[in-house]
Amino acid sequence: MAVLAPASNRTLQRAINAFPRWPLYVIGALPGLWVFWLALNDRLGADPVKTLEHTLGLWALRFIIASLAVTPIRRFGGPNLVRFRRALGLLAFFYACAHLSAYIIFDQGLDAHAIIADIVKRPYITIGMFAFAILVPLAVTSNNAMIKRMGAAAWQRLHRWVYVAAIAAVVHFLMSVKSWPAEPVIYAAIVAALLLIRVGFAVKRRSSSTPRTV
Amino acid sequence: MTQRIASSEITPRDVYLRRREFIGGAIASLVLAGTPFANAAALTFAKSGFSTDEPLTPKADVTSYNNFYEFGTGKGDPSSYAGSLKTSPWSVTIDGLVSKPATYTLEDLLKPITLEERIYRMRCVEGWSMVIPWIGFPLSALLKRVEPLGSAKYVSFETLVRPAEMPGQTGFFQPLDWPYVEGLRLDEAMHPLTILAVGLYGETLPNQNGAPIRLVVPWKYGFKSIKSIVRINLVEKQPMTSWNKQNPSEYGFYSNVNPDVDHPRWSQKTERRIGEGSGLFAKRRPTLPFNGYADEVASLYAGLNLKTYF
Repeated sequence: MAVLAPASNRTLQRAINAFPRWPLYVIGALPGLWVFWLALNDRLGADPVKTLEHTLGLWALRFIIASLAVTPIRRFGGPNLVRFRRALGLLAFFYACAHLSAYIIFDQGLDAHAIIADIVKRPYITIGMFAFAILVPLAVTSNNAMIKRMGAAAWQRLHRWVYVAAIAAVVHFLMSVKSWPAEPVIYAAIVAALLLIRVGFAVKRRSSSTPRTV
Repeated sequence: MTQRIASSEITPRDVYLRRREFIGGAIASLVLAGTPFANAAALTFAKSGFSTDEPLTPKADVTSYNNFYEFGTGKGDPSSYAGSLKTSPWSVTIDGLVSKPATYTLEDLLKPITLEERIYRMRCVEGWSMVIPWIGFPLSALLKRVEPLGSAKYVSFETLVRPAEMPGQTGFFQPLDWPYVEGLRLDEAMHPLTILAVGLYGETLPNQNGAPIRLVVPWKYGFKSIKSIVRINLVEKQPMTSWNKQNPSEYGFYSNVNPDVDHPRWSQKTERRIGEGSGLFAKRRPTLPFNGYADEVASLYAGLNLKTYF
């Protein structure tokens, strides 16, 4: 990662701080709207249900990864993007909702019996549901009122569960495919790297005598 | 409310009964109008009583949604990258426990053969299915020519290994060991439903579908129907198969389509028929034992516990 010179770094940070948050929600929603439009127009190839499901799930994972990248980028000297992290997390949740809805409505055709059997009996679906279940309280508490009500420390403890959700999401992806195709393996490696970086930070923090600043 | 239909609007019975010929004619004219497969050649063939009359999966889906890991693990990879595969000249070696082992050029192999159209259901282990009009001939016809010995109990098959033309066989991620290998019990191989296909939709096989010659075993999951065959070997012991080797707890040697034996990670009770019901709103359909061919093949497995020998 290139470390920016302090002057241009400050300019970049000022530009980032001036940038509004709402366009991120709009831009973030575009891939989902696009794939749904393609699905409705039968332009997703031979198995549109699977492609729709897969694409929505993939974007949920990508936004989880984006939200997990915010801290390492700052710690490695990059800009501070924390003001966008809530949007990234909520977008991940919206895509997870859409992914789950596509599975329930289009894949299983609202067959409650088949869906419950899948959740109970199929480990990759059980794990996917587990990841989704984690994201629900995180999304519900992703607002200033909840941070105030819970207190920053408790809120932060709760939101560390995103690490577990990220692991569950890539395990869900890996288990849903035959053999070891490159795509899920690459996503698993990215998540592993983002989490190991945090382990590294924690170890460093413990071994150094300087008090924690952030 | 019932609607009156003028009798003149109803298709005459004799025309209706010949509907396949009209569909065939329509396809032939499409072929003449220009085909996306430059090397596709029309084949002559007879009809077969083994064909299903279910609606065909559109050719565009049959030729663009494929599992052929030699060209990549994505469903679209085979149709994108298989064009580089040279299928001529091609030869197939048949050896092992036979009286007359031989290496046939494809032309010699097909010379005494009468091709048939076999419209079969194809059920993928991933939970989707198609109805495909194969052009081929019973594998038994070829096996009889080389005269299997009494000691031959199994037939093993091998796909081409040619990394220069098969991009899935190169690179860091190798999902399977090459060559791709498959196998059948000799009685399964000799069954009249088991064919070697050289075409689909009335033309030679597109590369992504396993050109120039592939196996089709319609009552087994699709991965048993090995593509682009270069060797057929008759053996005494149950041969190794690629997916069984990759994950023995998930893919058995038999791999008969069976709604009562779930894949460890997903259900096999239902399937989605590709190209049906305008895509997004296609309803799943129940998967049938032996993919609907139980009447023809269930007797092969009398006394065999299909949950153990999955």
